[in-house]
Amino acid sequence: MIELRGIEKVFNAGKPNEFRAVEGVNLSVEVGMITVIKGPSGSGKTTLLGIIGCMARPTSGRIYLSGRLTQVLPFAVEEASAEVTSLPEKFLTDIRRRGFGFIFQQFNLIKGITVLENVMLPAYPEGEDFHSLSARAEGLLQAFNLSGKVSSRVEWLSGGEAQRVAIARALINNPAVVIADEPTAHLDTKLSGEFMAIMAQLRDKGETVIIASHDPIVYDAPIVDRVVEMRDGRIGAERRTK
Amino acid sequence: MKWIEKQRNIIDFTLSSLLRRKTKNIALVFVYTVIVFVLASVVFFSHSIKKEASIILQGSPEIIVQRLSAGMHALIPEEYVSGIAKIRGVTSVTGRLWGYYYEPTARANFTLLSPEEQPGEGNIMAGEGVLRVLHASPGDILSLTSYKGEQVSLRVKGSLPTSSSLVSADLILISEGDFRNIFGFSKGLFTDLALRVRNPRERVTIAKKIKELYPDARPIIRDEILRTYDSVFNWRSGLLLMVMTGAILAFIIFAWDKATGLSAEERREIGILKAVGWETSDILLMKFWEGASMSLSSFLGGVILAYFHVFFTSSALFAPVLKGWSVLYPEFRLTPFIDVGGVMTLFFLTVLPYTVATIIPSWRAAIVDPDSVMR
Amino acid sequence: MILHPSIIALFVSSILISVLLLYSSYYGVVIVRKWDIRSGSEQQLELERRTYLIATILTNVFAFQLISLFLYVYTADSLHDLFTGAMCPAGTFNVNGYGYPTLLLKIFNFLAAGMWLILNYADTRAYDYPLTKSKYRLLIVLTPFIVAETFLQGKFFLGLKADIITSCCGSLFSAGSGGVASELASVPSIPGKIAFYTIITLTFASGAYFYMRGRLGCLFAGLCGLSFITSIISVISFFSLYYYELPSHHCPFDILQSGYRYVGYPLYIALFTGTVAGMGVGILMPFRNISSLREQVPSIQRRFVVIALAGFLVFVIMVTQRMIFSDFKLEGY
Repeated sequence: MIELRGIEKVFNAGKPNEFRAVEGVNLSVEVGMITVIKGPSGSGKTTLLGIIGCMARPTSGRIYLSGRLTQVLPFAVEEASAEVTSLPEKFLTDIRRRGFGFIFQQFNLIKGITVLENVMLPAYPEGEDFHSLSARAEGLLQAFNLSGKVSSRVEWLSGGEAQRVAIARALINNPAVVIADEPTAHLDTKLSGEFMAIMAQLRDKGETVIIASHDPIVYDAPIVDRVVEMRDGRIGAERRTK
Repeated sequence: MKWIEKQRNIIDFTLSSLLRRKTKNIALVFVYTVIVFVLASVVFFSHSIKKEASIILQGSPEIIVQRLSAGMHALIPEEYVSGIAKIRGVTSVTGRLWGYYYEPTARANFTLLSPEEQPGEGNIMAGEGVLRVLHASPGDILSLTSYKGEQVSLRVKGSLPTSSSLVSADLILISEGDFRNIFGFSKGLFTDLALRVRNPRERVTIAKKIKELYPDARPIIRDEILRTYDSVFNWRSGLLLMVMTGAILAFIIFAWDKATGLSAEERREIGILKAVGWETSDILLMKFWEGASMSLSSFLGGVILAYFHVFFTSSALFAPVLKGWSVLYPEFRLTPFIDVGGVMTLFFLTVLPYTVATIIPSWRAAIVDPDSVMR
Repeated sequence: MILHPSIIALFVSSILISVLLLYSSYYGVVIVRKWDIRSGSEQQLELERRTYLIATILTNVFAFQLISLFLYVYTADSLHDLFTGAMCPAGTFNVNGYGYPTLLLKIFNFLAAGMWLILNYADTRAYDYPLTKSKYRLLIVLTPFIVAETFLQGKFFLGLKADIITSCCGSLFSAGSGGVASELASVPSIPGKIAFYTIITLTFASGAYFYMRGRLGCLFAGLCGLSFITSIISVISFFSLYYYELPSHHCPFDILQSGYRYVGYPLYIALFTGTVAGMGVGILMPFRNISSLREQVPSIQRRFVVIALAGFLVFVIMVTQRMIFSDFKLEGY
C-alpha cells in the first residue's frame, strides 16, 4: 500500500542545531493490517507518521503509493504503484484528504462548533453538496452511537464520546488508511481497550490502520498484526502475529 | 457546481468563526465603518456641492465685465455698454447693480441686488437668512442706512424661496432707485456688466476684444468661475483627506496588528483544519472571505451612514468647520448624489489599504504546517 | 497639483500595487534561481509556500488594476472642467504628454496581469508545477511596466494645473486635424464596420475551430488581440456616435458616465474579458506538450475559448443593438 525507501527528515539543515528526526527508513505498510510503530517519545515516530500520511515531505528518499490509494492520485497510473515524494503541497493534500484519516493524540476537535460540523470539516474542500454531506456525517455518528450528540458543542462531550467523534471525523472521506498518533495517551484503560476494539472493526472492514504508540495496551494488543520498533529516527526490530 | 459548493462551505465556516471571536471583530468593524463614514461624508459632500455650484452657476451670465482702477474693482460707466454691444457675437449687454451692505445690529453682511424684475420703489424681497437675523417677516418695514447716513425705509414685500437659500440667504432684492440712493451710485454707473454671447466657442475671442477695446476692463468667463470654484472644492476636500491620513494609517496598523496577532486558539484551529485536509489555498480562501465580509459590511455601513449624514442632516458633524464665522449660514438640503466614481475612490482609500495590510498576515496564518498539531 | 480625492486614491493605489509587485519580483528572482520541485529541502518548501503569497498578491493586483483603469477615466472626467477646451476626459488626457501613455499602460498592465493569472492557473493544475520558472520570469518582466505606470501617472497628475488650454475632444477627434487620435476617428464608417464585423466573425470561427479540433490556438489568440484593437477603434469611430446621437462626438470615455446609464462599464468589461481569456489561450499554446500538462491544458483552453467568445458576443450584441435601434442615422450624409 505505502512504500518508503531511504526516507530522511532533517530540520535546520546546515545550522548548528541541525536535527535528524528520521534517518534511512525503509518501510512497507501492508494493506488491511494493523501496524503499530512502537518507540519512546523523541524517536521520530510522529515525524515518520506525518511522512507516511502525506502530511510532510521528506528531505530525501522516495514514497510510493499503490492499491486503493492510486485512485486518489491526481494523475493516471499505468504501473501498480506511483511515486508521490515531490508532489507539491496542493496535490499531496488532495491525496491525504481523500486517502487518509487522522486521529490525533488530543483529538483536536474544534471548540465552539457542533459535533456534526466537526465531522464534516475535512470534506468541505471537496465541494460536496451540503445536505448529502451532513447526511453522511450523521450516518457515521449513528454508527458510533452518537446520534444524540449531533448538535452538541464538543466541550460538553465525555472522553469516550470525544474519542468516537474524532474517529468518525477521520472516516468522513472514506479513506483507505487510518493513522493514529498516540491515541491512548489521554485515555484510561477501559477507553483504550474500546479504542483498539474499534480499530479492529475498521481493519475487518478493509481499512489499513497505522498507529504510533509507546503504550503497551496498544502494541501488546492481540488484534495488532505487526509491530515495528523505532528508536532515534531509525527502524529496528519487527514482530508479526500471523 | 463543485466550486460553488466549496465556496459555500468555506463561507459557512468563516462566518461561524467570525462570530466565535465577536469582540475582536466588532472592534475592527466599528473602526473600519467610522473611517469609511468620515471619508464618504467628505467625498459625498464635496461632489454634491460642486454639482450644486455648477448647476447654480449655469444661470449666471456667460461673460461678466468689471472695470479695474489701480488694481481694484471700480464702477463701470454706461459708455462701455454701447462699445461692447457693437462687438460681433455679443447678443446683449446689461448693466448690473449689486453691492455689500453691512448691518451693525446683526453684525452681518447682506448682498443688495437690483434685479431685472424690479420689486417696486420702496419694496424689497429678502432672503430667509436676512429675515432671520433681523427678526423680520414679510409685511414689516426695515430701515437701511444710506452712504450719507440717512435712513431709508423699505417694506418687505416677500421672502425668497427656501430652495434657493444656498445662494439667496443673504440676498436683498431692491429697486434701482433705492439702490442708487443707498450706495450713492450716480445714474450711468454700474457695478459690472453681464453679457450674452451667441456662440459659446467665441467667448474667449470676445473677451480678448473687450480687453483691446477697454484696457482697464476685466472680462470674466463663466467657465473660469466654475473652474475656480471646482478647484477650491477639490483643494478643500483633498486637504481634508490628507488630514485624515493619520486616522487611516492608524486604522491600517490596527487591521494589520489584528491580522498578525493570531491568538493561540486561532492558530490551533488553522492547524487542525490543515491536518484534516484543508490546503493552504483553502485557508487563504477562508481568510479572503473573512476580509471580504468585514470590508463589505463596513463599507456598506459607512457609505449608508454617510449618505444619511450628508443628505438628510446636512452634514451636521461638519457644520462647525464649514460655517466658520458666517452668521448667515443657509439652511440647505443638498440633492442626494452618488456616482460610481465616488464609490471607486472610497474603495481605493479604504478597502484597498485594508486588503494590502492583511495579505501578508493572512498568508502567514495559512502556511501553518499541518503536522504542527501533532507535536 | 490638483488635490482631488480621486487623484489621491489613484496615487495610493498605484504606489501600493508597485510596492507589492517589487516585493513579489524579489522572490521571483530567488525562485528563478533556486526552484527545484523534486527537492525536499527546507528552502524549497519555503519557496513553495511563498508562491501562494505571490499568487494571492497578483490576483488582488489584477482586480485593482481594472478598478484603477476605470477610476482613472472617471478622474479625468471630473477634472475636465478645469481646463479650457476640454469637453470630456479625452481633453484632460491631452493636457500633458503623460496622460495617454498612462492610460495605455494601465490597459496593458491589466491584460498582462490577466495573462499571468491564466498561466498560474494552468501551472497549478499540473502535479509538478512545470511553468514555475517561466511564470516568475514573466513576473519580473512585468514589474517595470507597473512601476512605469505609477511613475507616469504621477508625472501626469503633478503636471496638471487648472486653466491650461487643451484641444477638446471635438477638435481632437474630428476628422481633418492631425495627430493620432483624429486619425482614429476618421476611419470611414462603412469600411470600418465591415472590417470590425469581419474580424469578429473570423475570431468566432477560429474559436469554434479550436474548440473542436484543438489546433491553431495562436491564430485565435492573435485574432482576439486584433478584435480588441478593432473594437476600440470602432467604438471611437462610429459606435460611440450611436450612443451620443451626435455626429462629431467621438469620445470613447463618455459612455462611462451616469448620463448614459454607465453603459460603458458592462461594454468594456465584456470586451476586456473576451480579450484576456482569448489571449490566455495563446499564452498556453507553447506549453501544451509538457507531459504533466498534456491532459489539462486542452480542456483549460477550451474553457477560456468559451469565456472569450461569450465576452465578445456580449460586446457585439450591445453595440449592434444600439446601432440598429438608435434614432441616429450615420450613413446618409
